[in-house]
Amino acid sequence: MSALQPSELDRPALARGRPAAGADPKTASAAMRRAEFGDRLRSLALAAPLLLLLALSFGIPIVLLLSRAVYDPTIADALPRTSQALADWNGQGLPADAAFIALAADLSENQAKGTAYELAKALNARLPGARSQVLKTVRQLEGAAGKPPLEIVKAVPFWSAPGTWPTIANGTHALTSFYLLSALDLRWNADGGIERVPPEQAIFLQVFLRTFFVAAAVTLATLLLGFPLAYLIASVPKGLAAILIVAVLLPFWTSILVRTAAWTVLLQKFGLVNDMLLWLGFASERLDLMYSRIGLIIAMTHIQLPFTLLPIYSVMRTIAPSQMKAAYSLGARPFTAFRRVYLPQVFPGVMAGCLLTFILCLGYYITPALIGGASDQLISNFIANYVNVELNWEMAAALSFILLVFTLALFGIFARILGLDRLKMV
Amino acid sequence: MLLSPYPTPGERIRVALLWLWCGLVILFLLVPILIPVPLSFNSGAFFIFPLEGLSTRWYEVVLGTQRWQSAIGNSLIVAFGTTLIATTLGTLTAIALSNEKFPGRRIVMPLLLSPLIVPVVITAVGSYLFYARIGLASTYAGIILAHTALASPFVVVTVGASLTGFDRNLMRAAAISGAKPLTAFFRVMLPLILPGVLSGAAFAFVTSFDEVVVVQFLASAGQRTMPLEMFIGLREKLSPAITAAATLMMALSIVLLVVANLLARRGQARRPASG
Repeated sequence: MSALQPSELDRPALARGRPAAGADPKTASAAMRRAEFGDRLRSLALAAPLLLLLALSFGIPIVLLLSRAVYDPTIADALPRTSQALADWNGQGLPADAAFIALAADLSENQAKGTAYELAKALNARLPGARSQVLKTVRQLEGAAGKPPLEIVKAVPFWSAPGTWPTIANGTHALTSFYLLSALDLRWNADGGIERVPPEQAIFLQVFLRTFFVAAAVTLATLLLGFPLAYLIASVPKGLAAILIVAVLLPFWTSILVRTAAWTVLLQKFGLVNDMLLWLGFASERLDLMYSRIGLIIAMTHIQLPFTLLPIYSVMRTIAPSQMKAAYSLGARPFTAFRRVYLPQVFPGVMAGCLLTFILCLGYYITPALIGGASDQLISNFIANYVNVELNWEMAAALSFILLVFTLALFGIFARILGLDRLKMV
Repeated sequence: MLLSPYPTPGERIRVALLWLWCGLVILFLLVPILIPVPLSFNSGAFFIFPLEGLSTRWYEVVLGTQRWQSAIGNSLIVAFGTTLIATTLGTLTAIALSNEKFPGRRIVMPLLLSPLIVPVVITAVGSYLFYARIGLASTYAGIILAHTALASPFVVVTVGASLTGFDRNLMRAAAISGAKPLTAFFRVMLPLILPGVLSGAAFAFVTSFDEVVVVQFLASAGQRTMPLEMFIGLREKLSPAITAAATLMMALSIVLLVVANLLARRGQARRPASG
């Protein structure tokens, strides 16, 4: 389409009787520029409704969620006096008595406003065990009329324990790196450096590693199963290929939930898989495949197989058979021809299929939730759990942040090296 | 070309092994999705072969009890709402993007596709957080809005593909003949790209109808959809009613997607010979 043609949309300009292009070069090119500008504007206006809707329904929610990972004003809002009293504390030892008095005042006010529990929960997220101590102190402050608040607070050992005040001081900054570091099992130490959390508190690195491991295992399995089938479909005559491709597309078109449901039926102790294993003699007794890592990988492999296979197939079917024939006629053995002529050409398709499956596996939620056991839950399940059970939005946000960084980085590599067109299936 | 012109016995064995391996892979692909079908017609209450007898009692449960009926109703409300919005806005966007002068095409396309790549839990949790603030949590509108984000990329892609075969000179001809832009769209462009639009609509419908994670976070107890009922059922107690529900859902998505793909193919076949 040539840029010199007037767009279909500059009809009004023509209707107003402007000189036809070519009558006066100057006016004509100005009219052209105007028309082109209008054209751009109109196409933007056409796309605007969907872009706005996506910003509202997708963009803002994700940005809002991610912001929760680094912005948590709960403690700062609940402890205004303490924040002020700690402003020039050097972080060493205990702060001055003024800070204790300010804390007592803040705690009493939270109790009066009914926000004490929220504060206790927020502190507890950063300092396990803080919840009960905060609530205890609040009750004592309320109950002991006449007794100086400073004494009451000092009498609770928790408020003089090492680690308590640095945590409070940290919490009074609404912008925090605490949750992001926690999501990687890291924390700030007393000297201002970053260290690993003690092993008994470390959970997330293990979950990330598990997610990567499952994703890698599923990717490898889909490649082993998918590559030969893609090769076969690309090599047989058209009619047979069409039938075989239906076998790939039928599961592809069935929802993940339905396929997961099918696998929960198959993997039961008295299910078909166990029947087969017994019958074939691969197992001497019925195995617990449900709620196991291997069951999860099998089900995920089934779901992801078409995602790996289709991009490989779409490259394979563009390779002319004559190339292999040429290689044979030049004296190459089948294996050599395959390795030196065929493989280098299908490599982008293999990359696309594997990368796509790996990226999608990182975000699996339904299948681990239904088929995985407690030790097979992937990172998405932890995110959901922090929202549904623990009600800890900040931690859910931090885990989402890290998962999203990995996903988008891999997607960026995909788009950069392979191009977005490879995302198209079939 | 499976065999070289003068195959050695070793090569014949390799090709036979390839067929065997692929046969097993095809069984692996098909058996799991076919297995719920006979089980859903089982008259017994267990998932064990051999079947006790044929009956439609589990379909009566799914189609006849209030819990499942309301779930099917909710699914249809959400899926039709999503399809309507995603198809309309997605088609407009695909038309805009098919214009080579669209500013920032290279940025817009990855952004449009990102809902397919971002882990759906993140989308669901984010929507839950934001929609609760603006009063859209536990509303059909909220679920439809979130589903539109997930479904519209399919519409943009399928309509975009059918537009690559659309000759823009036709719109110019319509304009010169005096048609207003809207008339030209409805009488010239839409009939030609209709297969692509319908195909996109079918994709959007299936995407929404099958979706369970976003619904899990956004729906109130009265707004449970069919997949959500299935998910809850699978977590609580395994009932053969689930295999009936699964069979129904599978049949619906396969039928719609077969239609969608046939339409998409037809849409692209209309590409003019000159390109």
